[in-house]
Amino acid sequence: MADSAASFRRPSPSSSTRLHTFHGGLKLAGHRELTAARPILPAGVPPLLTVPLQQHIGTPAECLVAPGDAVFKGQLIARQVGIISAPVHAPSSGTVVAVEERPVPHPSGLLAPCIIIETDGLDRYRDAADTALDYARMAPGALCDLIREAGIVGLGGAGFPTHVKLGRDKHSIELLLINAVECEPYIACDNRLLQERADEVLEGVRILQHAVQPQNCIIAIEDGMPEAEAALRTALAANNETDISVVRIPEIYPSGGERQLIRIITGKEVPSQGFPAEIGIVCQNVGTAAAVHNAVIRQQPLLSRIVTVTGDGVARPQNFETLIGTPVSHLVACAGGYTQDVERLLIGGPMMGYAVADDHIPVTKTINCILAVSHEEMPAPPPAQPCIRCGKCTEVCPADLLPQQLYWYAHSSNLDAAQDYSLFDCIECGCCAYVCPSHIPLVQYYRHAKTEIWAREKRTHASDLARQRHEARLSRLDRIKQEREARMARKKQALSADGGSSEIKKATIQAALERVKRKKEQAGMAPKNVDNLTAEQQQLIAAADNRRRQKNRGNITE
Amino acid sequence: MEFKTYSSPHLPVSDSVPAMMQRVLLALLPGIVYMICIFGWGTLINILLAGLTALVAEATVLKLRNRHVTTLLDGSALVTGVLLALALPSLTPWWIPVIGSLFAVVIAKQLYGGLGYNPFNPAMAGYVVLLISFPLELSLWPVPGAGMGFSDTLVHVFGTGLPADQTLDTLTMATPMDDIKMRLGLSETLSEMQGSALFGSFAGATWEWINLWFLIGGLWLLQMRVIQWQIPAGMLGGLAFIAFVFYAVNPDVYTTPIFQLFSGAAMLGAFFIATDPVSACTTPRGRLYYGMGIGLLTYIIRTWGGYPEGVAFAVLLMNMAAPTIDHYTRPRVFGHEK
Repeated sequence: MADSAASFRRPSPSSSTRLHTFHGGLKLAGHRELTAARPILPAGVPPLLTVPLQQHIGTPAECLVAPGDAVFKGQLIARQVGIISAPVHAPSSGTVVAVEERPVPHPSGLLAPCIIIETDGLDRYRDAADTALDYARMAPGALCDLIREAGIVGLGGAGFPTHVKLGRDKHSIELLLINAVECEPYIACDNRLLQERADEVLEGVRILQHAVQPQNCIIAIEDGMPEAEAALRTALAANNETDISVVRIPEIYPSGGERQLIRIITGKEVPSQGFPAEIGIVCQNVGTAAAVHNAVIRQQPLLSRIVTVTGDGVARPQNFETLIGTPVSHLVACAGGYTQDVERLLIGGPMMGYAVADDHIPVTKTINCILAVSHEEMPAPPPAQPCIRCGKCTEVCPADLLPQQLYWYAHSSNLDAAQDYSLFDCIECGCCAYVCPSHIPLVQYYRHAKTEIWAREKRTHASDLARQRHEARLSRLDRIKQEREARMARKKQALSADGGSSEIKKATIQAALERVKRKKEQAGMAPKNVDNLTAEQQQLIAAADNRRRQKNRGNITE
Repeated sequence: MEFKTYSSPHLPVSDSVPAMMQRVLLALLPGIVYMICIFGWGTLINILLAGLTALVAEATVLKLRNRHVTTLLDGSALVTGVLLALALPSLTPWWIPVIGSLFAVVIAKQLYGGLGYNPFNPAMAGYVVLLISFPLELSLWPVPGAGMGFSDTLVHVFGTGLPADQTLDTLTMATPMDDIKMRLGLSETLSEMQGSALFGSFAGATWEWINLWFLIGGLWLLQMRVIQWQIPAGMLGGLAFIAFVFYAVNPDVYTTPIFQLFSGAAMLGAFFIATDPVSACTTPRGRLYYGMGIGLLTYIIRTWGGYPEGVAFAVLLMNMAAPTIDHYTRPRVFGHEK
């Protein structure tokens, strides 16, 4: 009980910034000690890389390579389609061996188009990286383009294309908020990143500052990672940085969620279904800042990311610098393989991550954690009991929803009521299900209801289109009919208008008779060039005439 | 290799319904022990009879409904039985707790769909059925401290026999609230009653301590986060508020707020009965209003109603209002207009 609802706790601010709170949330045991004190190791180049075309929110990228093509490291292999999309680059050099559907990281084991690259182990670029760009002299728009071309998406987990967040020039941005709050237990990739590469992160933040031109810039870090905070402050001091401030916030799950973090730092709420830019805020993860640094300073697109491989199900938990497309099985092998009693494999953290049935799936841009656990560490959930409406879920919900009402409606497929109770404001953080004494898999119900509603909307949309088509056809037929009737009416009117004079009638008849007569005359005219015919020719003509007559007779008798 | 797949979140569960029910029973213990000391073995016999009947009835209905009888182990039926027993005077015949418990579990709970589906508080529904049907048996509160021995009590409960030297009249007496109501009816003023045996140190004799023990148990439940503060605070606040208003107007006819708070089933009701989550409001603000409603109604029934105690009726009345209150007290969702 002691670790549940923490809504009553007011955080102790570490700097002059007054912190705010969000409703609910949980105090969870960190479990980060498994990996937070160990260095990031390279996961190396696996023999095969499986690079999905969609690793971000939005439209999948369009493949630009075919099997047999040689690719070098960093080569564009799939291009962005539309605005909310991101390009994909070859994470290492080698040969494309297939472009086909493969299992990708997804809760339901979905297949999706992937580019499969057989690596050559050389890991070579086409040409050595140029000298660093002087981004300070670049226009913010050009910087955004550079970030877009580097295929950078939010590395905190959501995978929203970064350039879209930066390029909202309709709004003037007051605050650039850098998210270093790794609120889910076990995950320590941002923690290690800050400890080892605080300078790069800082440089990335400065680049983002230049691209966004905010009035303020804050890096929010949770109080559970003092080493990372120290490294960050050292880097700030070494660079004499005064425009960027570091704010320590209490470790309450899910403070790392974008909306919750913005609320903690500014007290403002991002409008429901809206974007932070609407209230003048751009929020980026520290990992994304480091990727921006690589894109601008090293001119290297997003080819790898740091992944925490942890849990009691792997022999040596560790953070790995991992090429995009590396199979999870390879990563687990890097961590010393599975332990004997491993039972569950999770993609992501223990609160929002999803369990997968097997490890032949690639690491994508958004995967921050691979968590392998035994039955002892995470026992199977006990069977669900009836909801007793105890309201513990309401107490911990960071979105101020009524989870038990949502469950009630989702359970009875009352989708309209579920929507009315703001189902789509649910961030699926899992707090409600964690505290539920009846062990109801609440999040599963909400996901199911959301999917049902999407499907219903799709169906409604399709039937709307069909109805529109049908209505268009009916109106077209109607129009044609009306036009025809109008034409007839006009003709009739024309006829009746001058039908009174028999002179014209007679003249018309006369004209028609004459036309027939002329035709007859023409028909009766003797053929030309028939004067000097040979006997043979005359015979042929006679035969033809005969045939024609016979045919005519035949027609008549019919 | 094939891994097991479950839905998120994956962390081990943090609580369970049986654990919550156990804590409720544990929190009732101080009050129960005190009541047994004061009112004799009858209280314990009531608890055993009502609890056992509730469990047997629950198991039977679950079986008839083709449900897992293991659901019985959630402890909710036992809590219903015990709460009902605590509302009963300790000298009732055996069939009183049995009938009440049967009605509570079978009619008020299982016929509506079992745990989680009953619109009315089962224990209070059972109690009110008894109160309306058997008013005489429900007035048999013993003289504090003058309890019979265990075997005498058993004989009385299961038969009709009382020890030769005792009659029901010598064994029982009206509760302070009952007494005050009756004397006020005889145009006696409260100041005239002051100093009589019906007043204790700060409220009604004996009952002030019973309420205090239930208050302590309730505060522990709050601290263990089994219940939330809104309903107890609303109910006690509502009760104290209206009691204060009338006491301020005419202290000769209306008892003090403290007397009201520590009389009858006030504390038991505020922390253990009104907080039954199934039949109460679920929104935080709604729970506050729900509690206040119970507090106000309790006072109204106590003061002007036909029965000396009003908690049970107040709870049932507010049960009816709960869905409506919930409807109008939905919290503002994060990111929505204020």
